Amino acid sequence: MADMAQMSDDYSPDRSDSAASALSVVTRRKASDLTARGEPMVWAMGGSLAFGLMMILGFLALIFWNGLTAFWPKPVEVVTMTDGHVIAGEPVRTESYKPQKDALEALPANLRASIEAHGGMSTRTLYRIGNYDFYSNDFQWVPVFNVKKVERPGDLTLVERQEWGVFIGRLVSISEDGKQMSISALDAEHDKARALRGKRIAIETDEVGSINRQINALRLSVRRAEINYGQGSPEANAEAGRAAAETAKLNLDFDRLSQKAAAARAAEDALKIKVAEIGGETREFGLADFVRYYDANALSLLQKFGVYFSRWYEFLTADPREANTEGGVWPAIFGTLVMTVVMSLLVAPFGVVAALYLREYAKQGRIVSLVRICVNNLAGVPSIVYGVFGLGFFAYVLGGSIDRMFFPERLPNPTFGTGGLLWAALTLALLTVPVVIVATEEALSAVPRSMREGSLACGASKWQTIKWIVLPRAMPGIMTGLILAMARGAGEVAPLMIVGVVKLAPALPIDGMFPFIHLERSFMHLGFHIYDVGFQSRNSEAGRSMVFVTALVLMVLVLALNAVSIRVRNRLKRRFAGDKF
Amino acid sequence: MAAAAALKQDAATAIDGYDPTVYHPVTSPSGVEISIRDFRLWYGASQALHNITMDMQKGMVTSLIGPSGCGKSTLLRSLNRMNDLIDNLRVAGEIRLDGEPLFGPQVDVIALRKRMGMVFQKPNPFPMTIAENVTYPLKVDGVTNKRLLAEACEAALKGAALWEEVKNRLNDSALGLSGGQQQRLCIARAIAGNPDVLLMDEPCSALDPIATMRIEQLIEELKSSYTIVIVTHNMQQAARVSDNTAFMYLGRLIEYGATKEVFTNPRSKRTEDYVTGRFG
Ligand SMILES: Nc1ncnc2c1ncn2[C@@H]1O[C@H](COP(=O)(O)OP(=O)(O)OP(=O)(O)O)[C@@H](O)[C@H]1O
Ligand SMILES: [Mg+2]
Repeated sequence: MADMAQMSDDYSPDRSDSAASALSVVTRRKASDLTARGEPMVWAMGGSLAFGLMMILGFLALIFWNGLTAFWPKPVEVVTMTDGHVIAGEPVRTESYKPQKDALEALPANLRASIEAHGGMSTRTLYRIGNYDFYSNDFQWVPVFNVKKVERPGDLTLVERQEWGVFIGRLVSISEDGKQMSISALDAEHDKARALRGKRIAIETDEVGSINRQINALRLSVRRAEINYGQGSPEANAEAGRAAAETAKLNLDFDRLSQKAAAARAAEDALKIKVAEIGGETREFGLADFVRYYDANALSLLQKFGVYFSRWYEFLTADPREANTEGGVWPAIFGTLVMTVVMSLLVAPFGVVAALYLREYAKQGRIVSLVRICVNNLAGVPSIVYGVFGLGFFAYVLGGSIDRMFFPERLPNPTFGTGGLLWAALTLALLTVPVVIVATEEALSAVPRSMREGSLACGASKWQTIKWIVLPRAMPGIMTGLILAMARGAGEVAPLMIVGVVKLAPALPIDGMFPFIHLERSFMHLGFHIYDVGFQSRNSEAGRSMVFVTALVLMVLVLALNAVSIRVRNRLKRRFAGDKF
Repeated sequence: MAAAAALKQDAATAIDGYDPTVYHPVTSPSGVEISIRDFRLWYGASQALHNITMDMQKGMVTSLIGPSGCGKSTLLRSLNRMNDLIDNLRVAGEIRLDGEPLFGPQVDVIALRKRMGMVFQKPNPFPMTIAENVTYPLKVDGVTNKRLLAEACEAALKGAALWEEVKNRLNDSALGLSGGQQQRLCIARAIAGNPDVLLMDEPCSALDPIATMRIEQLIEELKSSYTIVIVTHNMQQAARVSDNTAFMYLGRLIEYGATKEVFTNPRSKRTEDYVTGRFG
């Protein structure tokens, strides 16, 4: 009964006394000092949060302001210089600068003195003068001391053109086939010219393009027959004969369409407009080349809104022009969207299955920890490295084998053997899979043990438990991982530049042509578009506003994708995690 | 009766330096459902169960009582091998369900668990509708016949005395039920699979007295069709619902006997101290 005695010891009444005396060894201080209350820490935490928020808000405000105002029509100023030279342009911005010495020396003494009084600083204004075909320059700095007077005449027109950027000047007259017409008929004639142009482009791209595709398909079928049956074999010869006959027929169609296109072009070219730049030099343009025009200084507020929204509409729905610095970004929006969706479709099952194995089936031990550490560290590999891997492995190795197996007749032109949407999506899936794995593992381990036990106690197998209980419960957490992965993938540019993004894609990755989804095609991407417009174009000043607008669109797109997935997640959450007692 | 005498012998020899289990359970005319022989269990290096030997009678309620940490849950969870989920677990000795061994390489754990329903301390309804919760064991068995599922659902809910309260909201989420309703739902789920044995680990610890009373009534009604093993901290509850009571202490089975006797006339000093509230 030794342990009985011990037990009664445990429950002896004087135990509480000894406990009390143990507590009174230390006399407690009654007042708490500053460090104990943690006030400095609270200030530091609040301060860091405020600092971070301010950075983010400032950044967002910058992009939103610049993006939203970029398309607002600005006034056009006519500046007369002291030397009699006249320019017309949109003022872009004004800054203070230090004029060159020789420029200063050419100035009258009183001006020079006033500049020197300001420490040699003066101000200058950047004007967007347009008319690249007249001046070989889009922008011009005007120092304030050279300005004699600034006016805003109401009859100056700003024209956005299909080529050569904007024109600023006066519209003189229009003519059809050399027959002069009153300038008041401009709007109607412009509509007519644009309609003619639309028709011609439809002929050139759709109809002629379709014939070209058919001819190409015939050529490929001959090559295929040669590869399958051997060159000179009866089958190949038969195929060649059939193809030749068909091609001849198609060539006739082609000639007919070319004539039709030429006629359309002639009708379009007959409509001309004569313009004069501010210095008085006149030229004649095709009226169909005008995209949009307005009298910059005579716009009512309503008309300004009209121009603003028509520019946004063009931006969101049209193809780019002028080396991407003008026109729309529709192909880039579409490319980004399709790529992100394909990436999510690839990364979601892959990441979830991998995490399931790691968390639920693999024996938790050193190897699994090692794998986990490796997966987490994959997120730290520079993304360009993924790009190189994507090109080397996916495009060249995988794509190359696919080409050799399924498209031998097209070689040496690659089909899948070069960068394309599928490989880009796979590369980004690889890049973002650690995020999904980590989030999924966390979500799986957060499923309460009692749920699993409840299911197992009902006689469910492990797989049934995972399928019916664990995965649905973990779904909101998995979705969070997917959202993070999506946001990361949609904003990634560097690896894409290597595996399939191009400056200008000839066709969208999804269109009306069989098999409708062309994952092998190269595509455009908003992130790359920003880089291209901002840093690779002829004129970075012209691309500047486009950078902001494109960044705004990319941000809104990512936000929209996230909003959709967050909605889905919240619905799942409501369904699966509403604990209530 | 010879078997019982042999068992007493077994129990007496199994103990190393401790008093042998005081053994005087009521026996059931329909025989023994679960027989435990010299069962020992280790969590890693620490032994949680020492030489447990007892028979649980068919169609009777056996309650397990004892101070916290004495191994009641461990023993209960060994019965349907819920402990398999725990790493570094080791067992020795033998448990038989209806004569068939529970531990062994040939045992089909899933089939075994289908013969036992389990109700946990905290209600753990699945994040599904009420009907889906109740019919989960049938879903596991691959039953898809809608009519069959509906019938089983109604029968189980009636069996768990929940039908009247939820019959109009079978397709609502089970998480919207009150705690007591959730626990009865879990009981319904446990009996929907038509098991032989019901294992209950402190089923009333999260409930108010009225809900507790309902569940006790339920146990009373279920007792005719199932063998029930219930862990409880509530001595009155054990006295009210069970036929046999097992008192455990520090991983050992101190006394196993007819409930009435264990509470009114305990044969072991430790049992007496515990049931009279002198410790624990
Ligand atoms: N997963 C585990 N790993 C290690 N030790 C465990 C584990 N589960 C239980 N134990 C230990 O085993 C012993 C018995 O635990 P058990 O949960 O069976 O007690 P109990 O009688 O159910 O107590 P309570 O009345 O508090 O529920 C305790 O000492 C406990 O610390
Ligand atoms: Mg317990």
